[in-house]
Amino acid sequence: MSAFMQTLVWGIFAGAIYGIAAMGLALVFGVLKILNIAHGELVMLGGYVGFWAFTALGWDPFLALIVVIPAIFILGIILDRIVYRNLNRLIGEDKIKNSLLVSFGLGLVLTNLAQWLFTGDERSVQPSYAGQGLNVYGVLMPYTRLATLGIVLVVTVALHFFLRKTYPGKAILATAEDYESAELAGININRVYMLTFALSAALAAIAGQFVTFTYALAPSIGMYWTLKAMIVIVLAGTGSVLGALPAGILLGVVEAMSGAYLSQTYKEVVGLVIFLLVLILRPQGLFVRK
Amino acid sequence: MTPASRQSSLFKQYRRWLVPGAIVVILIFAIVFPQQMAQDNIWNLFFLMSLGIAMGQSWNMLGGFAGQTSLGHAAFFGIGALVTRTLWFHGTPFVLAFIVGGVAAGTFALIIGAPTFRLRGAYFAIGTLAVAEVLRITVAQNRPFISTMPGDMISSYNLPARYWVALALAIATTAAAYLLLRSRWSLGILGVREDEEAAQASGVHVLRHKLLALGLSALFMGFAGAVFAYKQISYYPEAPFFPTFTFEALMIAYIGGVGTVIGPVIGGAFFVLVRERLAANLTDVHQVIFGVLFVLVVLLLPGGLLEIWDRSKRIMAKRQTKKLQATRGAEDREGGP
Repeated sequence: MSAFMQTLVWGIFAGAIYGIAAMGLALVFGVLKILNIAHGELVMLGGYVGFWAFTALGWDPFLALIVVIPAIFILGIILDRIVYRNLNRLIGEDKIKNSLLVSFGLGLVLTNLAQWLFTGDERSVQPSYAGQGLNVYGVLMPYTRLATLGIVLVVTVALHFFLRKTYPGKAILATAEDYESAELAGININRVYMLTFALSAALAAIAGQFVTFTYALAPSIGMYWTLKAMIVIVLAGTGSVLGALPAGILLGVVEAMSGAYLSQTYKEVVGLVIFLLVLILRPQGLFVRK
Repeated sequence: MTPASRQSSLFKQYRRWLVPGAIVVILIFAIVFPQQMAQDNIWNLFFLMSLGIAMGQSWNMLGGFAGQTSLGHAAFFGIGALVTRTLWFHGTPFVLAFIVGGVAAGTFALIIGAPTFRLRGAYFAIGTLAVAEVLRITVAQNRPFISTMPGDMISSYNLPARYWVALALAIATTAAAYLLLRSRWSLGILGVREDEEAAQASGVHVLRHKLLALGLSALFMGFAGAVFAYKQISYYPEAPFFPTFTFEALMIAYIGGVGTVIGPVIGGAFFVLVRERLAANLTDVHQVIFGVLFVLVVLLLPGGLLEIWDRSKRIMAKRQTKKLQATRGAEDREGGP
């Protein structure tokens, strides 16, 4: 029983990171109506900022978030202005298709730039308290993982209030609903797109910072995280931003369970197969009432 | 009649020989040049160009003609490589193994095609990416060891033979793309690309046309994988399933000119030449340059390199009409009262 509980807990911890990585992707998909294949690369770059803050400056990985988030937020603004803004004149299917191609190319650029700047070595961060944690009836909960889960919950709640209660948040939701009407109502949709993309990049960067001390960091991890985030947003129902967290946790738990009870090696495959099945059988997502 | 227009009418007379002539010249060049040079790196370069053309052309059949962006073509490439190599190493004659490899890839594509084509546009793209990743991980788990040619095959290894197979495949794939575009089927396939609902409403069986494009595309991608398996002395069985191969095929089609028959040929030659050149000089950043180039092509030059040609032709034509109008205007003024 305690082994089962331990697997469940690990799954929830892993799922929290999937959730926050997917939230950014879902936000961009819902508002800009593009699919950003380079989302995983933003996760990776966020991780590198955190890694260097830890290695060069000796900052605690959680403290480093205060530089990681703004750094990748600004990168998001730059990428939106240089690359993604050019897609705005397209509509519908053409826009999504071209965004796939463009962001794939961008992903290639970012991966190889990172490879060139930071080498291909696998890196990770080990804070001094990495091994410590709570022991609840034999179920181990490291402090780092608990803090991760806590931050993810706080960010999700903050995002919820930002979108529902503030002016820029409402503008984002209005643009997602109908960009033409939003524009007629006096919303500067280019600015909304820029803010949304930068927010999504910042969310990816938070996920990336968690990756540095839970998984390994390397320039090539981008595709892995893009796929994970895709699986999660399909489970959540595309366009559902806050649904990404439960969907992410579901994916984390399913992977942990199949890793423990089926086979460790096919953990990744289980997620992708579920993804394909959901896409084909229930394309509106699991957590959407329709 | 001005000399310029006489010249162009002369040109027009021979114009219909231009394309066949160019094809013959390119073919003779592709056959004679490597033999004259007889260097391993030249054979290699031409091999890569032929393989690139075949890959780009096969991706183009589905992505360019039928408009279904696939991000999972590495799956077909990998299946072709895996099946061919396994059969070949177990004593099957290479030609037979080669054909079985391609057919296996095509069959697999048709089996997964029916369910994945329920997905539209972007979801189809991600769905195929997921299929390819599932295969890659499965193969990596089941065949974790490097696959190396047996000693007697290495001792009789002959690089030109590899090139001839690749060249034949590039020619066959290009011919198949041309014939497909000329066939009655192409009307339905292009219709599906332009507007699926409209095509369906005018009686096109959408799924059948999509499956035809997918099956052919996967067949030739499988053949390309088989050629890869024939050439490489050793690699991890997982390697041909890497997304890189999908993206190479896609970039070649896009850089050359997506949705055309000549596009992937130009794209393949250009891509491989530039890549090999850059890889020799700028090993670290050559992928970065390609990524930037690809993004620029998609954003600014959706017709690829062919569009430069078309645009310059249009500009020339415009300039000529302007000149004509100018001279006419001058004549009018002179002849006027």
